[in-house]
Amino acid sequence: MDIFDFSEGREGYYGEYGGVFLPEILQATIEELLECFRECKADPKFWQDYVALLQNYSGRPTPITHLENLSRTLGGAQIYVKRDDLNHTGSHKINNVMGQGLLCQRLGKSKVIAETGAGQHGFATATMAAKFGFDCKIYMGAVDVARQRPNVFWMENLGAEVIAVEDGQKTLKDAVNECMRDWVTNMADTHYILGTACGPHPFPEMVSWFQSIIGLEAREQMLKQAGRLPDRVYACVGGGSNAMGIFQGFMNDDNVELIGSEGGGHGVGSYMHSSRLAYDDATVGVAQGYKTYFLQNDEGNMNETHSVAAGLDYIGVNPIFAHLHDQGKVRFEAATDVEVKEALKLTMRTEGLIPALESTHAFVTAIKEAPTMGKDQIILINQSGRGDKDIFTIADALDDAKWKSFIGGKADQYRGEKN
Amino acid sequence: MGLQHFIAERKQSKDILVMAHVVCGYPSFEENLQELEIMAEAGVDLVELQFPFSEPSADGPLFVHANEQSLKSGTTVEQCFEFMQLVSARFPFKVLMMGYYNTAFKMGEAAFVKRVKDAGGVGYILPDLPIEESPELHRLSEEAGIEPIILMTPTSSDKRLAKLGAVSRGLVYVVARKGVTGSKTQMGDDVLALIERCREHTDVPLGVGFGISTKEDIDVLRGHADIAIVGTAALKTWEQGGAPALREFFAELMA
Ligand SMILES: Cc1ncc(COP(=O)(O)O)c(C=O)c1O
Repeated sequence: MDIFDFSEGREGYYGEYGGVFLPEILQATIEELLECFRECKADPKFWQDYVALLQNYSGRPTPITHLENLSRTLGGAQIYVKRDDLNHTGSHKINNVMGQGLLCQRLGKSKVIAETGAGQHGFATATMAAKFGFDCKIYMGAVDVARQRPNVFWMENLGAEVIAVEDGQKTLKDAVNECMRDWVTNMADTHYILGTACGPHPFPEMVSWFQSIIGLEAREQMLKQAGRLPDRVYACVGGGSNAMGIFQGFMNDDNVELIGSEGGGHGVGSYMHSSRLAYDDATVGVAQGYKTYFLQNDEGNMNETHSVAAGLDYIGVNPIFAHLHDQGKVRFEAATDVEVKEALKLTMRTEGLIPALESTHAFVTAIKEAPTMGKDQIILINQSGRGDKDIFTIADALDDAKWKSFIGGKADQYRGEKN
Repeated sequence: MGLQHFIAERKQSKDILVMAHVVCGYPSFEENLQELEIMAEAGVDLVELQFPFSEPSADGPLFVHANEQSLKSGTTVEQCFEFMQLVSARFPFKVLMMGYYNTAFKMGEAAFVKRVKDAGGVGYILPDLPIEESPELHRLSEEAGIEPIILMTPTSSDKRLAKLGAVSRGLVYVVARKGVTGSKTQMGDDVLALIERCREHTDVPLGVGFGISTKEDIDVLRGHADIAIVGTAALKTWEQGGAPALREFFAELMA
């Protein structure tokens, strides 16, 4: 199955989802982007350069790790983890960003803009821009700026301008709108580096293509290290880029089940979550340039969303997943904020791994299901990022007294310096 | 009477028409009515009623704020249609629905067309709906006798303009510059050249908008465009000075 073969359907459509819904003023820009992307995808040298860049700059291929302790503790399936947290800047976001950086060079544009939620994509974009010499502007919801200060700190020190978006819900979706507004003005010299497999065509395909490196590596590594393919593969789903990345390695393996884990927030029925497919609250709509399942009301205005993980806190899901969900090709589950904190503690204590809060959603679902599976079965989890960046949120969640007193001391010190 | 016919008729006594804009429910429907009274008095020919949307990504800061506040105060699509009905019955200007495609998509395209028509609207402007995605909606609109307004822009190639021109009906909205609604446009040779390019590809009247705020802007367009579209400047004036300021704004604009 090649989901990106549009010869029999409409270009940019996955079932009834996807498409391009943009103001006319961007039509020429998106056409130029599509043309450039088609050239890159058809050029084996482009992919070779891309892989070499990630090897030399970001430490690819990232390893897979067998979690023997956690597997034993749970008493079921053998758990393996794909370690995309070991990338430079700490998450899978750098894959897409480096790819689009190379593409931006081909486009001949000198400026890049990006939205960011958790700050990981903004951090990766600022890093790439510093390396490639692009001017860089990052739009980030004011709420996210407040909860992800460490990433903001790095973005600014890497030379990017970080703009706190005060509109709407002040989170990821509002940062996307602000990028669109920048882009309709500055498209002549600016490329919009969308951070996930959402938005208008060709972004879902393009971001998925760059992220497919995760699955390509993982499939080969599993065969080598575990001796066979996994029975199930788990990934967290915000927009869906890391999940598309790892799933593509196993899309044609009918015996491998693919499971996406969304932000369950306060749980089913709470209306304070980011589960578009696992819960029944989302409906099909058109916003932010594409058609998919959105968390919206009957009149098509978007609802408030919530997840403890800023990177999952988003209204829409990539159109490819909307289609694969309809087809029964990918199963979707949700992990609640509470479950995420518990799974994170367990993973840290048993394995010494600190997954990002986003990635921990995949762990939750895997940890729930592993004990119901046989000891000879194998599961693979994509650890899309590392949790260091979440230290403030995690310390709060764990209510860590020593951390609080440390921060109090720091605050006193800064106040003293000001006087 | 169809939109194009209405424009032709009005143009017999004026060399350029004016289309104005209000965001439904912002600051409130009562204030919208006061604004529309003033616009009607001043002789405004067409009005876009913007239905607020939660993700107004083609709008600038002032309209973004207006969309957000209107939704916060509870404005619904149903209320907007009721308002449209009231307005189109009360005033001599023609009314267009303006908004984002999701509003139409969620109610269903056929229901949307019927509601616009029943509420007395002569057409609609959905800036995030490209022509590639609208054949069915255009067909339904033609059947109902309302017009889907197409946008032509400074980044559109001649080839693209030809494509847009081929499906244009009622009037074409010429976007005077890149960017979102709101900031000022330097009305000059660039805009006139764009109008000329658009004219080559369509026979329907041309309305020019984005950043028009003064009589001088309109004077530049006179003899070139059929309609001057005024949006943000009027709302800004209302916010700063209320009814008296808006009355003065339109008096000067249309002098
Ligand atoms: C570590 C990490 N994982 C996952 C995500 C979610 O994005 P996606 O679903 O596109 O992989 C984010 C987003 O910021 C992230 O930072």
